Amino acid sequence: MKIRIKFRKDGIMKFIGHLDMMRYFQKALKRAQIPVCYTGGFSPHMIMSFASPLGVGLTSDGEYLDVEVESMVSCTEGVKRLNEVMPEGLEILSFRKIPEEKSQKAMSLVAAADYEVRFRLGKEPRLEPKESPLSLSEAFAGFLAQPQILVTKKSKKSQQELDIRPFIYKAQAEEDLIFLRLSAGSVTNIKPELVLEAFFQYLGQTMEPFSLLIHRRELYACPESTEKGDRLFVSLENLGSIF
Amino acid sequence: MKPLALTDEILLTIDKPARYLGNETHGVIKNKEEIAIRFCMCFPDVYEIGMSHLGIQILYDMFNRREDTWCERVYSPWVDLDKLMRQQKIPLFALESQDPVRDFDFLGITLQYEMCYTNVLQILDLAGIPLDASERTEADPIVIGGGPCAYNPEPLADFFDLFYIGEGETSYPALLDTYKAHREKGGSRQDFLFQAAQIPGIYVPSLYEVTYKEDGTIASFAPKNPQIPSVVQKQLVQDLNQVSYPTKPLIPFIKVTQDRVVLEIQRGCIRGCRFCQAGMIYRPTRERDAGQLMNYAREMLEATGHEEISLSSLSSSDYSQLPELVDFLIQTAGQECVNISLPSLRIDAFSLDVMSKVQDVKKTSLTFAPEAGTQRMRNVINKGLTEEDILSGAALAFAGGWNKVKLYFMLGLPTEEEEDIRGIPQLAEKIAKRYYEIPKEQRNGKCQITISTSFFVPKPFTPFQWAAMDTQESFLRKAHLVSQEMKEQLNRKSMKYNWHEADVSVLEGVFARGDRRLGAVLRKAYQKGCLYDSWSECFHAEWWQEAFAETGIDPAFYTSRPRSTEEILPWDFLDVGVSKNFLMEEWERSQQEQVTPNCRQSCQGCGAGKYRTGVCKLRKEDPSCENSN
Repeated sequence: MKIRIKFRKDGIMKFIGHLDMMRYFQKALKRAQIPVCYTGGFSPHMIMSFASPLGVGLTSDGEYLDVEVESMVSCTEGVKRLNEVMPEGLEILSFRKIPEEKSQKAMSLVAAADYEVRFRLGKEPRLEPKESPLSLSEAFAGFLAQPQILVTKKSKKSQQELDIRPFIYKAQAEEDLIFLRLSAGSVTNIKPELVLEAFFQYLGQTMEPFSLLIHRRELYACPESTEKGDRLFVSLENLGSIF
Repeated sequence: MKPLALTDEILLTIDKPARYLGNETHGVIKNKEEIAIRFCMCFPDVYEIGMSHLGIQILYDMFNRREDTWCERVYSPWVDLDKLMRQQKIPLFALESQDPVRDFDFLGITLQYEMCYTNVLQILDLAGIPLDASERTEADPIVIGGGPCAYNPEPLADFFDLFYIGEGETSYPALLDTYKAHREKGGSRQDFLFQAAQIPGIYVPSLYEVTYKEDGTIASFAPKNPQIPSVVQKQLVQDLNQVSYPTKPLIPFIKVTQDRVVLEIQRGCIRGCRFCQAGMIYRPTRERDAGQLMNYAREMLEATGHEEISLSSLSSSDYSQLPELVDFLIQTAGQECVNISLPSLRIDAFSLDVMSKVQDVKKTSLTFAPEAGTQRMRNVINKGLTEEDILSGAALAFAGGWNKVKLYFMLGLPTEEEEDIRGIPQLAEKIAKRYYEIPKEQRNGKCQITISTSFFVPKPFTPFQWAAMDTQESFLRKAHLVSQEMKEQLNRKSMKYNWHEADVSVLEGVFARGDRRLGAVLRKAYQKGCLYDSWSECFHAEWWQEAFAETGIDPAFYTSRPRSTEEILPWDFLDVGVSKNFLMEEWERSQQEQVTPNCRQSCQGCGAGKYRTGVCKLRKEDPSCENSN
């Protein structure tokens, strides 16, 4: 039986990296006495997988991990038991049953992610013209209106030029907040930093390190598209069922 | 969320920010307004090492059980953060409250190895506490040293207000109560130290005067005031079953060295190896009750969710209730999917049977610590392990499917001859032969024998405390000899040899048996930038050489100089139970290559019998035990 756990990560916990989060949950699931299945052999390990690693420094309301369990505890009981062993900065939001098929693993389903991006104080982009500057919302709309947004995406091996405009599914800036829905997952994973770097470049500026405060809101799967070709997104949580 | 001492920008720049956040599961947060005593416990090395130390977990738990005390922790900032803290003048802070360490009542620093001494100065310096205890004011915490290196606290005498000698469970309550009363009454720092010096186990270095002879050895060592004891008694827990144990240990977010439940099964060791300080200073050997340990194991696995459990002791095979305990662990661990690790086991039929149940024999290696290459040399050091024990243990292991063996030796032991050094690879060869005697079709490929040597460092309170330590040149020559001799062996292709750099060992030797005058060298080396000396990537031998030269101190005086048994040693004022007479007898016997039976075989009247507990309790009718008191 498979379970999907959704959790929030914020505050002090944003400094804890992905691998340490995995180790944390292994121990926490045991402390909460959730009967998670193990692999065999001399060094058995828990059968668990995270949907999408969250970078160090980011906060999130939409983190997911899938675990395989030997027997069920109810959703409310699962949430309660786990929250009893969570530290400040981690909160379990839901505990749901998911289909057994391998293709239903969170990791392989992730197709998009919602982000909220803010600027650290003093690190905002300078908006022109000086006498009556554009609002952030106007400037950002101009940025999005470009036919293409070319960025250099660096990987360990190579760097490639990429137009990221098609992978920005939704975007909007209001006052000091930028909302982004970006392509995520194993095929094309676009980080919000990449979009904001391009935005600074569009403004003729360079983004300094530590300019952004990034919060992940949700992770989505894309089970189908409309006839017109628009993608329909469903949060990973909603693919699970309450029991 | 509590405000952090470090900014986001710093935390996102440095390596492993989780080292500096606190917030670990089972960390203790108290309301500081309701607290009389704030105690900051420090392990002067990086977080991952410090968090793996059982002693601090024990004291942290014990202090926090007191309603009037809040104990927090601090570890050495790694070099990346160290640099930023100096640049930006950020004072060293405790993890739980993130408050400056300087605001605490006590700073307790555990001294686990000599090579952490420059890190001690870093801690004081970053905290903004004067390095010199004599320059501290009422605004500074009382700085306490403890742990094994406190058994010769003299090289650190300048920097500490007081040292706690022995096991923490015993005299800390009295020390904290005395402090509280002193605070309520009002009085100077000096008044408190004067009172503290009269508590058993507490040594206040500033209240003692040392004079030296012309040859540099100690002429006299005495308290400055008749009310201050001339001998400081080691503190020891009488009954381990009656003291608290941290059944809810802190669970770090990052992977630390000891990432598992640790069950301390006993303290002390019955063996009496003559090079081993722990085997002397923790006497008498005392066991915890297996039934209680089983309860602890269950509670701790539940409270931590750890996936591994390990036993802690100097020699697990000597724990009398080992079979019951191990059976229980195998059973429990099987149900809970927990791994078991069993360090310090002698290789015999029992331990091999146990290990084959808990480990994958194809992947793990077996460790033997013959410590010396020939039987003569093993007799000198009183390592009660014969060549036949080693070879038959290895043969049993090979029959059980293992094919990887690790062998640990020391070079530079007293009376060592070339033959003893050549004996090291020769012993490895004999082990390899045993392996290749097994018919080929039953073997699991080649065997792998890893030989590791370390350089022997004489330690206080051992029979070798008078021994001359080898020089760096001699060490390296000997390591080379091992390597050469190994290449002569028939089965050399199944062997691998590792050895350590010698300069750190020499420095360790200086501080291990050093005196107060070394404070100047330490300070100088720290000013030159020495830090994390136990980390080879941070160690700067040339800075240390300069520090010795500039302070006019000859390291050879402390290392390669033979000491007479008449000499007043810097640590003679401590009474650890084991008497100087006994150590002298053992020193004699070692020269005669005579083996001394272990504590269970027959009491040798070492002096620890006066504690009347543990293995000594069983022997209290032994007349030799009475004689030594």
